[in-house]
Amino acid sequence: MDTLYSIFVEPFRQIAEAPLFFFEVLIGGLAAGVMYALVALGFVLIFKASGVFNFAQGAMVLFAALFFVGFIDLGLPIWLSLIITVMVMVALAFAIERVVLRPLVNQAPIILFMATIGITFFLDGFGQTIWGSDVRRLDIGIPEDPIFIGDMLLNSFDLFAAAVCGVLVAGLALFFQYTPTGRALRAVADDHQAALTVGIPLNVIWTIVWTVAGLVGLVAGVLWGAKLGVQFNLALIALKALPVLILGGFTSVPGAIVGGLIIGGGEKVAEVYWGPVIGGAIEDWFAYMLAMVFLLFRPEGLFGEKIIERV
Amino acid sequence: MNEVLATSPGTQTAVARKRDIGEVLLQVDNISLRFGGVQALAQVSFDIRKGEIRAIIGPNGAGKSSMLNVINGFYQPQEGSLIWKGRRLRKMRPHFAAKEGIARTFQNIALFKGMSTLDNIMTGRILKMRASFLEQAFYLGRARREELENRAFVERIIDFLEIQHIRHVPVGKLPYGLQKRVELARALAMEPELLLLDEPMAGMNLEEKEDMVRFILDVNEEYGTTIALIEHDMSVVMDISDRVVVLDYGRVLADGTPDEVRNDPAVIEAYLGVQHD
Repeated sequence: MDTLYSIFVEPFRQIAEAPLFFFEVLIGGLAAGVMYALVALGFVLIFKASGVFNFAQGAMVLFAALFFVGFIDLGLPIWLSLIITVMVMVALAFAIERVVLRPLVNQAPIILFMATIGITFFLDGFGQTIWGSDVRRLDIGIPEDPIFIGDMLLNSFDLFAAAVCGVLVAGLALFFQYTPTGRALRAVADDHQAALTVGIPLNVIWTIVWTVAGLVGLVAGVLWGAKLGVQFNLALIALKALPVLILGGFTSVPGAIVGGLIIGGGEKVAEVYWGPVIGGAIEDWFAYMLAMVFLLFRPEGLFGEKIIERV
Repeated sequence: MNEVLATSPGTQTAVARKRDIGEVLLQVDNISLRFGGVQALAQVSFDIRKGEIRAIIGPNGAGKSSMLNVINGFYQPQEGSLIWKGRRLRKMRPHFAAKEGIARTFQNIALFKGMSTLDNIMTGRILKMRASFLEQAFYLGRARREELENRAFVERIIDFLEIQHIRHVPVGKLPYGLQKRVELARALAMEPELLLLDEPMAGMNLEEKEDMVRFILDVNEEYGTTIALIEHDMSVVMDISDRVVVLDYGRVLADGTPDEVRNDPAVIEAYLGVQHD
């Protein structure tokens, strides 16, 4: 009885008692969710355009962050490091298209998936061979002081990250919706054969998609790197992006955002209010449990395309 | 015999149309295509002349769609080649075909279902756009001008095919007949020299068929577009085409004007079977 009370009643009593604190927790969680969404976005872009699940997205996040922090540590100014890293990511996209994707065109998705696992190992190894495997501090002057908004105490870093992510997503949405290249990308995502018929070159499209996914990875890498330090663990945050994808749907950009927010907010709130009862570390498994529930009841995710099997 | 191949009063009767049928645009030269042990096409040769409406007919499984897929580069034949505007091509690729002005529609409609009618047709203009990625991203001078020019062009096609009212509807929501029309519009947006239509009237009711026949004839007459079409409705085929090639089991059975083909004993046998004593 006591246990039931402390699970089903007590947390809500606490929330009602101190709503301000609840919102602080929630917003902190949402901000983390935005960062998950950023990683998930890279997956969605590539999956939409080529039907390939890119296992290497996490490695691309690490790879980008390693190069960026590496150039800064060499003494280059931040803007120059950023430009060079962007060029590195563009070159990487070209290389992947030329060396990995083009020879494997028309192969089964599972083969392309295996190829991206190969890319993962390459990027992890190559990045750390060049820049070493030490944890590096990345300080690019993002404010980290707590600030008051109204009566709420918030972390300014979280707000900054959310703003960057918002601008990025809005930019991507506009680009996809209103430019001819965006139209071509959507066309390829929709129907390869029809896209070929109107003369859309698949190779160019894939290069663009991997470039954009690489740049999204760079943004995620810089923000996560500034938060946690640049280290091998960055590649593992991709694991947190998986439940986000399952929630939001593999083919939906808004889905990645909403999924990230739900998981980020949900796990923080669960940790703070239910942690003492259940024993803590909820943050570590909450996302996966939620994903499992979704797989059971709504496998296509919140915004994914419904899978209809015609008989 | 006549019930099958004769002109029915349902569709508009061919008025003797006077047009310039010019030199050979595409020569299909001795093409053979196999899938494993299945011979889809065997030593197929025929030509398509500039400005004509060329029908490809034949029973199911005769290799008609395979033929179109060879022409626009989806399938690579094991033997034979295509001669496009007098040039013998070593290999046809879909991207090359599109660049050279070969557009097509599909039997089962291949549209971008999540996109609006307008966006679908605009994809047909992709090869006409020159602005770079960055110019597009920031909508700079050339990108803006191109977008407006191409939009104007697409609007003319929309008017021509009378689909103004569905401009902003996602095509996945449209009825079948209209989807076929949008697919034709997208192909026309490419300003094709050769238009390949794979069963443009399949599954349509009489009224929709008449509309489609009218559009095909208009395209051919007003823009001088060469058209090669596969169609099962014999009355339509005999009405609108200048020349007909008949395929059966991957081979050319007959080739000639509708009248010649209609009276060819081999064709009659393939369609109706031969009488045994």
